[in-house]
Amino acid sequence: MLEFFTAVLTSLSTGAIYALMSTALVLVWRSTRVINFAQAGQAVLSTYIGYEVTTRSGSYWIGFIGAVLSGAIIGAGIDRFFMRPIFKRVKSGPIVMIAPVVATLGLLGIIQAIVGFVWGLNYLTIAAPVSTEGLKVFGSVIAFSPFNLMVLISVTLSMILLTILFQKTNLGLALRASAYSPEIAKLSGIKVEAIRTIGWALAGAAGGLAGMLYVPGSYLYPNSMEVLLVFGFIAAVIGGLDSLFGAVAGAMILGFAINFSTTYISYKLVFPTAFVILILVLLIKPGGVFSSKKGRKD
Amino acid sequence: MTLVVSNLTIDHGAIRAINNVSFQVATGQLTAIIGANGAGKTTLLRSLSGLKESKSGSATWNGDSILGRKSEDLARSGIMHVSDGKSVIAELTVKENLALTGLWRKDKKDVAKATEEVIELFPILGERLSQTSGSLSGGERQMLAIGRALIARPKLLLLDEPSLGLAPLIVEQIFQTIKSFVAKMNLTVVLVEQNAMGALKIADEGVVLNLGTAVASDSAKNLLNDPAVRAAYLGF
Repeated sequence: MLEFFTAVLTSLSTGAIYALMSTALVLVWRSTRVINFAQAGQAVLSTYIGYEVTTRSGSYWIGFIGAVLSGAIIGAGIDRFFMRPIFKRVKSGPIVMIAPVVATLGLLGIIQAIVGFVWGLNYLTIAAPVSTEGLKVFGSVIAFSPFNLMVLISVTLSMILLTILFQKTNLGLALRASAYSPEIAKLSGIKVEAIRTIGWALAGAAGGLAGMLYVPGSYLYPNSMEVLLVFGFIAAVIGGLDSLFGAVAGAMILGFAINFSTTYISYKLVFPTAFVILILVLLIKPGGVFSSKKGRKD
Repeated sequence: MTLVVSNLTIDHGAIRAINNVSFQVATGQLTAIIGANGAGKTTLLRSLSGLKESKSGSATWNGDSILGRKSEDLARSGIMHVSDGKSVIAELTVKENLALTGLWRKDKKDVAKATEEVIELFPILGERLSQTSGSLSGGERQMLAIGRALIARPKLLLLDEPSLGLAPLIVEQIFQTIKSFVAKMNLTVVLVEQNAMGALKIADEGVVLNLGTAVASDSAKNLLNDPAVRAAYLGF
């Protein structure tokens, strides 16, 4: 019973971190139609900045703000000064679909190299602001710490804020309109390119947040966010790539599947479970588990 | 204010979609651009709203060149393009679709007033405000697309095939509504249509396009009575 209870809690907190990455990928996909591989680089760079701010200020929370803000700025900058020129240059031909994606892959390598150059190839860590020791329940220690709880609360709060932003504000309406139909949005007078940059900024901020919540329970290294990129991507595909709700639900499905298979079958099953789910979704419901027949018309 | 299009030429890849087309629309006038499918009507309209690059020629509105400008800037300056078919964002509700053209307008009071006026013009939209636009009928979507454009208080309205895919009765209704609000709001309109008869009946002037070339240009009345035009485009 305790084992089951622990598995549920760890599923939720790991799912929460995947949810940040899948949300970031979906935000960019919806607005730009690009799978942003550089997301792992953006997240790791803003987490290094968060690490630097935390070390210098002595406060995790100031570092936390630093990571989220720098994540937003880096995201906006990449769209404005990297993606936008690429879209202007590459307008036709067989390369048009693939060039921006390859560009993000190249950018991932560049960012990781820069990070390695600046901070060195050492395993760093950021001390958690609350205990990472497992909680004691009925005399036995479970694999769920106050920090895991903090992760869960932070992600829940950010998802609520994001939902309010998208559903209740004018900016959210502009973001949705620009994602669903850039042409109609433009003809309605909405500055779609600027709105797209804001989408990239939100995605970047989510990456910085993911890093600050992931690293205290793990370590920081130039490629330490790649594994989150993979899980975030799988979660986004489970959710249909287009839907923010789907991205979060997909991340939870993945979190539960991984934690339950490792708890009850074998600790070796982390990656096999994730990839089996990915393949199953692509074979059975390629539009995502929540897709209806109607779907989106693009 | 006048729309002046001179010697406009537009290529669609290797194909010349619009070839040396010229026409003018005076303030408060409605010009119908008619022609068969593939005549280049939509391409012409898309170049006037910044969606399509032109090759040569010019187009000015009120003396300012409008070619090569961004669609969103043209929209904000009062040139509203209701693109082909029923151009609504299906995933958004009726209310949200209507709100799009008010998002950037400073005068929020007037946005509210314009929205009320649109709902008065198309009462069915008022009943469906919280429905997703994807659930609307074709005619309702067309009303929503036009209504959304009107909330921006446009000066020049570019309408692309409002009758496309609609039942004859609804087509008649849409054309009559267009005629009535155009007169009331003193709008200048370019109406692109395959339904030549319906369009010419409410138009002041008409231009007949054939394979990208303007083959006739006259008052709508004269075009309706022109035997050649009648035979080729009106079907009798």
